[in-house]
Amino acid sequence: MAVLNEWAFIGVFFAVAWVFPVLPILGARILAPHKPNPLKQSTYECGVETVGDTWVQFKVQYYIYGLVFLVFDVEIVLLFPWALAYNQLDLFAFGAGFLFIFLLADALIYAWRKGALEWL
Amino acid sequence: MEDVCSINNLVRCLLDGGMDAGLANFITLLLGVVLVAALPLVTVIFLIWVERKVAARVQDRIGPNRVGPFGLLQSVADALKLLTKEDITPMGADKFIYNLAPIIAFASIVLIWAVIPFTPLHIGADLSIGILYFMAVGSIATVKVMVAGWSSNNKYALLGAFRTIAQLLSYEVPLVLALIVPVMLAGTMSMQAMTVAQQGMWFIFMAPVAAVIFFIANLAEVGRAPFDLLEAESEIIAGYNIEYSGFKFGMFMAGEFMHAFTVCVLMAVIFLGGWSGPFVHEVPLLGFVYLGLKTAFVYIIMLVLRSTVPRVRIDQLMAFNWKFLVPISIVNLLLTAFLLYIVRALGLAPAPNQATDFVANLPQTIVLFVGNLALVGVIVSMIRSQGRRQRLADEARLAESETEEPALPAGVPAGD
Amino acid sequence: MIELNVQTIAFLVFALFILGGGLGVVTTRNLIHATLYLILSLFGVAGFFVLLSAPFLAAVQVLVYIGAIAILIIFAVMLTRSMTQLRQVYNHQWTASAVVSGLLFALLVVGVILPVWGINGAQAVETVSEVVADTVDLGKALVDRNQYVLPFEVASLLLTAAMIGAIVIARDDE
Repeated sequence: MAVLNEWAFIGVFFAVAWVFPVLPILGARILAPHKPNPLKQSTYECGVETVGDTWVQFKVQYYIYGLVFLVFDVEIVLLFPWALAYNQLDLFAFGAGFLFIFLLADALIYAWRKGALEWL
Repeated sequence: MEDVCSINNLVRCLLDGGMDAGLANFITLLLGVVLVAALPLVTVIFLIWVERKVAARVQDRIGPNRVGPFGLLQSVADALKLLTKEDITPMGADKFIYNLAPIIAFASIVLIWAVIPFTPLHIGADLSIGILYFMAVGSIATVKVMVAGWSSNNKYALLGAFRTIAQLLSYEVPLVLALIVPVMLAGTMSMQAMTVAQQGMWFIFMAPVAAVIFFIANLAEVGRAPFDLLEAESEIIAGYNIEYSGFKFGMFMAGEFMHAFTVCVLMAVIFLGGWSGPFVHEVPLLGFVYLGLKTAFVYIIMLVLRSTVPRVRIDQLMAFNWKFLVPISIVNLLLTAFLLYIVRALGLAPAPNQATDFVANLPQTIVLFVGNLALVGVIVSMIRSQGRRQRLADEARLAESETEEPALPAGVPAGD
Repeated sequence: MIELNVQTIAFLVFALFILGGGLGVVTTRNLIHATLYLILSLFGVAGFFVLLSAPFLAAVQVLVYIGAIAILIIFAVMLTRSMTQLRQVYNHQWTASAVVSGLLFALLVVGVILPVWGINGAQAVETVSEVVADTVDLGKALVDRNQYVLPFEVASLLLTAAMIGAIVIARDDE
């Protein structure tokens, strides 16, 4: 129950935190002038007329970065419990963690060699 | 302990006053939340002044000095001015999401403060997974960038958002890898327990490489120089938040300042011993002062860096992360794990009841520190040989091009 | 009768997040909106993990699912140009998938939920065990030779293989 008390704090924090930014934004809505016109509201592209759709297609490199990140993220997260229990582990567990990190390094070397990490 | 009603014993005070137990608990909880959440808000106003003053001094200027004593009220004046600025919503924007983004941007930073231990007694919530909580809340930052960039209906904003996300994602990898090291050293993920574990010896002496990686990766996460190419105010004005104006823009800016400060606090908590210092157990509120001093130290380094180093290009940014920081973080993790095991096998680790003793921690600190120094030495020599190879290759190419083309006539400046 | 305490209220709020988010995902016309609804839903799941005293999984849920997978989905949406101009939501697969998910739901209720947690179920009266394993136990179990060390290493191998496969496919066209 004591543990859940800590989380109750986090829960209330989540509920309260967004009030802080909302209040000044609402205050600004009351205080600030509001005189929209088409020119003011046009998309800012350095004064040049907007051409075509905002939905430009992005290159695949972003996706590859995202994917490499995802793989690393999941592997690192799995390492946290191992690191946490590190003081209580024997040699076998120590080796298991090492093997895991080596496989992680392996993935990095592969991505590197294949040029997946280059910004094109 | 005391008869005075303070935040420490508020529940008992309210109960003595004849209040319902559940209500008393809830009021205390709410008060705690508001106190912890208001702290970064108050600090950020002061921080902007500090930042402008430091930047001004580095650039041989005076900085804000008109509003209030030493210009202290400049940020307040700026905030008031922002309140009266027109808030423009661009055409074709996705209104609801467009308004949501600055709120997420600001709130997600405030949320981190819930797990920061201020003194031995004062902490919002001492979660058992404090460090992962920080990482998890920090990863909401990518969502805010995405939402802001997409909903503005602006190609520049979208492009900026994608580049920002690529940066944030990439630098999260060395950041988390570096965080595993203190978790391993302390054997806990709770922020409070981590501070307690450092009472004998700060982790920055046991894991200096991890500390530096943590700091650099955080510079990139908060978009500080030399990694501030995403808003590059002198070149492209802004990135994902280009269409925002008025106080919504202010929310992004304030959130950014707060984020920079927050990671400095975390640096102080995780690597510099947090609130620990002399007499802190007798007078808990001293912990607040110690934490503040340590944070200020890290923050000043960040500010001086900001005003002295040039900006990197995005391909350099990515290469630096994936080909330098990440491999080093992995090697550093393996090294620390290995050395810790050796230390334990040799019986150099402090006994559990001496974990907060300085002398008992000394042997293992020396082993770890020397190991880290060796790693730094290897890295430096590798950089040097790489640099030499690069230089030779460049010279060879230059010599080749000179034999092919006639030299430029005298008086004409040589350009690229 | 369900007792109305803080946990129950939190459970209801998170359930609302999950169901509302899920409903939003399938009904919205805009793929980015769908992803944001998905984030809401995933956030609710993280809340469930907290209520189940598994804070580590809650953090992982936010870190990996919201911080990485949701962003990856957005990247994927942005890669496919035509997908962003999708206007038609109710295509002919809609009915089929509604039937399939309805059947799956019924199967779960009849096959799993009622026999285990129903009125006459195996755990109808049994309360949650007091011994809660923490993250340290998880760490020990993951690298224990009698427990999960093999899945632990295979997970690493699998992730490496997944990344290699993704890089091969993504860079095929170049």
